[in-house]
Amino acid sequence: MLTKRVIPCLDVKDGRVVKGVNFVALRDAGDPVDLAAAYDIQGADEVVFLDITATHEQRPTVIAMAARASEELHIPYTVGGGFHELADIRTMIAAGADKVSLNSAAFRKPELIGLAAAAFGSQAVLVAIDARRVPGAGDRWTVFLNGGRINTDTDAIAWAAAANRHGAGEILLTSMDSDGVKDGFDLALTRAVARVVDIPVIASGGVGRLEHFAAGILEGEADAVLAASVFHFGEMTVRQVKEYLASQGIAVRLD
Amino acid sequence: MAFVVVDYCKGNLRSMQRGLELAGAETLISADPVAIAHAEAIVLPGVGAFADAATFMHESGQMAVIRERIAAQVPFLGVCLGLHLLFERGEEGMDAGHWAEGLGILRGEACRIQSIDAQGLSHKVPHVGWNQVHYRSERSQDLAPLFAGIEDGSNFYFTHSYQGVPSNETDVLAEVTHAQTFPCVVRRGSTFGVQFHPEKSSHKGLAVLRNFVRFAQAGGVGANPCGEGVLT
Repeated sequence: MLTKRVIPCLDVKDGRVVKGVNFVALRDAGDPVDLAAAYDIQGADEVVFLDITATHEQRPTVIAMAARASEELHIPYTVGGGFHELADIRTMIAAGADKVSLNSAAFRKPELIGLAAAAFGSQAVLVAIDARRVPGAGDRWTVFLNGGRINTDTDAIAWAAAANRHGAGEILLTSMDSDGVKDGFDLALTRAVARVVDIPVIASGGVGRLEHFAAGILEGEADAVLAASVFHFGEMTVRQVKEYLASQGIAVRLD
Repeated sequence: MAFVVVDYCKGNLRSMQRGLELAGAETLISADPVAIAHAEAIVLPGVGAFADAATFMHESGQMAVIRERIAAQVPFLGVCLGLHLLFERGEEGMDAGHWAEGLGILRGEACRIQSIDAQGLSHKVPHVGWNQVHYRSERSQDLAPLFAGIEDGSNFYFTHSYQGVPSNETDVLAEVTHAQTFPCVVRRGSTFGVQFHPEKSSHKGLAVLRNFVRFAQAGGVGANPCGEGVLT
């Protein structure tokens, strides 16, 4: 039986790891590949590198990082950010990334998901969705693009289902209301997405305590849980999280 | 002589090469049939789809030389798609009802994995993530070259939508369960196939590669260089 995965996420800017609170106030937390290798030793099941600058000039830095990661990491890793066309994805896969995470590009050009899945397999194509709850509308969320700057007014659940149909291998779902707040995942959002897709959902945004990880899986019905700052600043180790999940009856890799 | 990681021009093979290097192997990534013909051991990695890879291997001359080297008992490790390619044919990347020709070392075929379990419940495909490799207990001797010192039920990293369907049960050494239970380690002589990715399976995956390197350096076939068994 597949274990539930714990995935540290490293937001990378100019070749360094950063993590903002609600996407602002960036802090420097070190070299991304070194940090990822440390997470491998702690028992991380995968790591995600998100290039949050993704400017054209910085692209070679990110590709060099991905290439270094292929030598120093012995677990799968995903690179997200800065993909516009199939050629960008091909370059990153060629550099050694196991998977790419598509966000705005997939939303604007959904056929890119299918093209990438056909070229590299759907398991290599994550679609990242940044969703924010519509105020006063109950359980409704819309998709935001460009790091939360653009509200598409598109229903997040519907987009997740569409991304699935286009050939996505996984959904990386971030609640922008929860992100950086450390109050736990948006469980209603996570569960709503998990129930309309037949691919794994990675819950992201908001963990601050061990219980939040378990809730994402047990109540949010996520297949994997992702976090950043709690790991980077040593508030908890990946191993502690996995031992806690195991204590709650969740199957995780501890060997 | 080197361990040749066969390049069929579908993806990055550096992590596989690095895993073998850490295990002490001299390595070479090559698409050249001549290099493959002179390999100390051959590693066929898992990137891309069956039909694409098989077509490239056939047209480049890799297919013929790999068959010939395997027949000569050169140690061989097929990973993921590299395991699928050991079989006679595969359906991945073909229109329904059509098959691409594989190496044909093992009888059987590579088919899409089942998504519905015995209770009728649906499981997600691709099968992505860490899952437990269960040894066939009666095959522990045959498993030992690759899994010496590794506990039965250990987690390894899988990412695939297709599986090997062997005609001969005797080729199967270990299994994994998703919607259904299916083979994840196959062997005939010096030829091994693993469905999981050792190069992505952290320290236990590196241990498998280290064991394979020792097995190959000891000459393959009946070698059990670690002198220890699997842990059950």
